[in-house]
Amino acid sequence: MFSEADWIALRLTLQLAAIVTLLLLVLATPLAWWLARTRSWWSRPVAALVALPLVLPPTVLGFYLLVALGPEGPLGRITEALGLGLLPFTFPGLVVASLIYSLPFVVQPLRAAFEGIDEATLEEAAALGAGALDRFFSVVLPLSRHGIAAGGVLGFVHTIGEFGVVLMIGGSIPGETRVVSVQIYDHVEAFDYAQAHGLSALLLALSFGALLLLYTLNPRLRSV
Amino acid sequence: MDGIRARLIQVRPGFTLDVALTLPGRGVSALFGPSGSGKTSCLRALAGLDRLPTASVWVNGACWQDSDADVFVPVERRRIGYVSQQAVLFPHLGVRANLDYGWRRRGRPQSVRLDDIVALLGIGHLLERRPDTLSGGERQRVAIARALLADPQLLLMDEPLSALDAARKEEVLPYLEGLHATLAIPAIYVSHAFDEVARLADHLVVLEHGRVRAAGPLPEVAARLDIAGGFGDAAAVVFDARVEAHDAADHLTRLRFAGGTLDVPLRREPVGATLRCRVHARDVSLTTQPPQATSILNVIAAVVVERLDLPGGAQCLVRVDAGGTPLLARITARSWRQLGLEPGRAVWAQVKAAALLG
Repeated sequence: MFSEADWIALRLTLQLAAIVTLLLLVLATPLAWWLARTRSWWSRPVAALVALPLVLPPTVLGFYLLVALGPEGPLGRITEALGLGLLPFTFPGLVVASLIYSLPFVVQPLRAAFEGIDEATLEEAAALGAGALDRFFSVVLPLSRHGIAAGGVLGFVHTIGEFGVVLMIGGSIPGETRVVSVQIYDHVEAFDYAQAHGLSALLLALSFGALLLLYTLNPRLRSV
Repeated sequence: MDGIRARLIQVRPGFTLDVALTLPGRGVSALFGPSGSGKTSCLRALAGLDRLPTASVWVNGACWQDSDADVFVPVERRRIGYVSQQAVLFPHLGVRANLDYGWRRRGRPQSVRLDDIVALLGIGHLLERRPDTLSGGERQRVAIARALLADPQLLLMDEPLSALDAARKEEVLPYLEGLHATLAIPAIYVSHAFDEVARLADHLVVLEHGRVRAAGPLPEVAARLDIAGGFGDAAAVVFDARVEAHDAADHLTRLRFAGGTLDVPLRREPVGATLRCRVHARDVSLTTQPPQATSILNVIAAVVVERLDLPGGAQCLVRVDAGGTPLLARITARSWRQLGLEPGRAVWAQVKAAALLG
């Protein structure tokens, strides 16, 4: 049913989603914790910045990333100076773009979970001798497990589904940047609807299944 | 350097806390006052949950905070047991794991025996339960046990009974009284209910508008008219009495205290045991002649010391001295006038009821 190129695109997509999800869980956790706990005025612009990919056309985000990561861009100069080369049209470039694009989908559920933890619970843990890191691992993480699961699933599914940013920053290099959504686009452009159907149905089923799992496990997350 | 010394200053819009505390290194000290008097602010500062900009806290010779020297020991290294109003149990852990949380972090010291503390608070049958299946009283008992297992040097309790209804209060109070009798470390108990304080505390600090209004041994402070006048129905004196004899036939026990004797319903304590008595001002009436025929068993000779008019004008609070033990009587202003009472006048105090507190 799937061609060799389809399988390559599928494997690449899952690889990308897995790497991005893991990185996001690590990066978004301190950010979400800060947003949930701080009283600083700065939390507002930071929250707005994090949420931007929710409303911005992916092409706009992709365009700016392309410019910034390009040879004349500030980030591009840094990556070149570090010996990493230029990131546009590479797999690492896709990872960076996806991190930014999927960040709000991980930060929001984490932040909601962290905000749900009563300050008194943390004070109790401190009074019982637990330091800050200890409190985080022994109280905050176990109490946020549903939010973390939700953030992971949403980040994963959303990374699989992205198209505009990928096209702008990654192009369509087989085995390097051609993910499933781009592959589908290529099939449609070539009027190969049968192949496009197969991959589209797979993405549809995968996304629906993930969300169903999420809402079955935790009905409280409907607001996410 | 035994005991607790603290100086706590905090200026917030509309509220200034300016308190110096000197509390004994053993027994229960009560921080007592109406809501907004600053008692919880004091407790949180002592615990290290809030860092006041100007404060010093010394506990049994150890410095926990000294803002002048920029010393601040964080709460997790203060070796406290903290029991809050709403018994906060970790919802993701069972009762046993909740109890273990602090104990494990102190290296499970063998000087603190889990079985003893579980028995003291009567929670043995709850160990395998989840926190959300416990009643309010059970939760609070587990929270107290968990605090004790953390091997604290100071136990801090912030109105641990205030979130409970009357029946649950009566369920938890005996355990707190048991704690009072066995605890080797100092405890600070915050409350706005004088009845609780009278049952549990040895030392009383009365707070008002962020300042200390009175401080000292509970029997002394509670008998001060300027303090007791604000307690309303709860105004009472507290003193220690010794079991002198049991009268099995009449089911009575005779107690002796500095001012005389009291007959109370038969007690189980042996002769010679010391009991704490609380006598409410509302249960004491005064006569100027020894009563001849009265159903009231306990009549104690005393001398009028002073009076305080109570709000409303109908009643006054009278302090009398019974051989060195102060008693309070709440009588009407008319009675005061008709009996011709005045300081120095010999009277008989009729005690209708005396509560014995463990």
